[in-house]
Amino acid sequence: MTTTTTDHSLIELRGVTQRFTGVTAVADVSLTVRPGQVLCLLGHNGAGKSTLIKILSGVYTPTEGTLSIDGEPVTLGGPRDALDRGIATVHQGAGTVPLMSVARNFFLGAEPTKGRGLLRRFDAATAGRIALEEIRQLGIRRIRDADQLVGTMSGGERQALVIARALHFGARVLILDEPTSALGVREAEIVLQAVESARDRGVAVVLITHQAHHALRVGDHFAVLAHGRLVASFARGEMEAAEVIDLMAGGTVMQELERKQA
Amino acid sequence: MTIDQAAAAPAVPDEQSEPLGRSLIARTARRPEFGALIGAVAVYVFFLVTASGSGFTSVDGTASWLDTAAELGVVATPVALLLIAGEFDLSIGSVVGATSAIVAIGSGTYTMPQWASIPLAIGFGLAVGLVNGLVATRTNLPSFIVTLASSLVVGGGALGLSRALSGSTAVTLAPEPSVQAVFGSKAGQFQVSIVWWLAITVVAWWVLTRTRTGSWIYATGGAPDVARDAGVPTARVKVGLFMATSAGAALVGVLQTIAYSGGDVTRGSSFIFDGVIAAVIGGVLLQGGYGSTVGVLLGTATYGIVSIGIFYTGWNTDYAQLFLGALLLVAVMANNYFRKLALSGR
Repeated sequence: MTTTTTDHSLIELRGVTQRFTGVTAVADVSLTVRPGQVLCLLGHNGAGKSTLIKILSGVYTPTEGTLSIDGEPVTLGGPRDALDRGIATVHQGAGTVPLMSVARNFFLGAEPTKGRGLLRRFDAATAGRIALEEIRQLGIRRIRDADQLVGTMSGGERQALVIARALHFGARVLILDEPTSALGVREAEIVLQAVESARDRGVAVVLITHQAHHALRVGDHFAVLAHGRLVASFARGEMEAAEVIDLMAGGTVMQELERKQA
Repeated sequence: MTIDQAAAAPAVPDEQSEPLGRSLIARTARRPEFGALIGAVAVYVFFLVTASGSGFTSVDGTASWLDTAAELGVVATPVALLLIAGEFDLSIGSVVGATSAIVAIGSGTYTMPQWASIPLAIGFGLAVGLVNGLVATRTNLPSFIVTLASSLVVGGGALGLSRALSGSTAVTLAPEPSVQAVFGSKAGQFQVSIVWWLAITVVAWWVLTRTRTGSWIYATGGAPDVARDAGVPTARVKVGLFMATSAGAALVGVLQTIAYSGGDVTRGSSFIFDGVIAAVIGGVLLQGGYGSTVGVLLGTATYGIVSIGIFYTGWNTDYAQLFLGALLLVAVMANNYFRKLALSGR
């Protein structure tokens, strides 16, 4: 399989297996995450998608196989370690405090300050300006007041805010866990646009989704998991849309693949 | 916005469609203290009418309700901050009584300098808060239970020790002039506790609205998981606020002891719930994550107006409780409504 844009891998999994007592959640999976590309991780519930992203984000250390970042095999010490290496994970519907302002949410835990000693204070003007600038770059133009409560933003806008924040704080790899599953068509579109903007800025995106249309819309590369194994891996255009949808729906192609596995 | 996009999305308001005037009113209505402002004004007008001619609006009448509000406000303000961070402190009543006894027994029964017994009392308060905070955050038990336990421990211990050391629960004390000036002076009927109340309110306002600690307090109560993931030291935030409520309670104990020239272990019990009542009437959400210092100031003022207003009407003062109870219920319902309004974005 060849890829067109770049062969430089940001994260590479080689023969990764994750076993929990008595259960093999992920078996012998090899994947490449490349900058400026969207890798869509597809599969049923229980196929091993969650385990795989937890390996990528440093929550689990794989039982077997290697994880390489920038070509070097590493052992991630935890989510914090992954984050320090530029791997940010965004979970569905999470990551914001609804009753706090856009600016405060954006910089929560990393607030810019001005002044010294007792007069040291949150630099609201700077925070607001940067927050608005960053979400605007991801296509959110409706939000023009950084003092606005995040709870007044739509679900899609909130996901975009979390993505913008991750990018601002240096994410090179964005792992998006079902970012569109709870959203309507328009809202999902906002998130997909944000994904595209991130990709265009050279960020590697790992997108986990149930929705075939969303995957087809933004995906450069697709990996289908079933029973913890990688059953299909193909680049954009290598497979017909109908086949992909059929795969995701667990249709005939999937059943065939699963039969082969068994 | 192009025409077909707008047609496809009638539910999304256009940026420019909202008239400025309405926007200003809507913005005001979304503030957490809006309900508290309505409540305070309504209650004041109510007593203005029902207690007219009785001196409620006179200088002394005003001083009277401000004094009552101030004593409560000194502890209600940190209590509100703790509530915003999602925690509860039932031990403040016992701390008021215990610190009152520390000052009165230390410098009344015994010969400790008052400038030594007062810092000792404040230090005791901080220590109780530290223990409350550490136990609540380390065990993850509800702070309701943790502080109920510490309330009994501190209250029972103080009562027993007070009787053992001074033979009584109430001890008189003649304040030194400098102590009197700082904690017990008066201008007419206006007590110095009003200054303490306003100073604490300004500090709390600064912390909540101007510092990153303010963000951390809101996030700790509003979405603890998000806060932790973002690297907010939620446990440290809570421990700090438990220490602030206990220190506030200790200051009330000191203020009362000096103002009334004597301490009483049993004095503080009313503060346990009055602090929460003032905070909730002031628009603080019991679930945490929402509220403002200005709101608490108004809620505390409302408490003072009701407590003293009833007295001026000539009605039985027992009805003050009934009044506050009804007000509390209305406030809780209004808070939920205003929170929804704040999140509606309109």
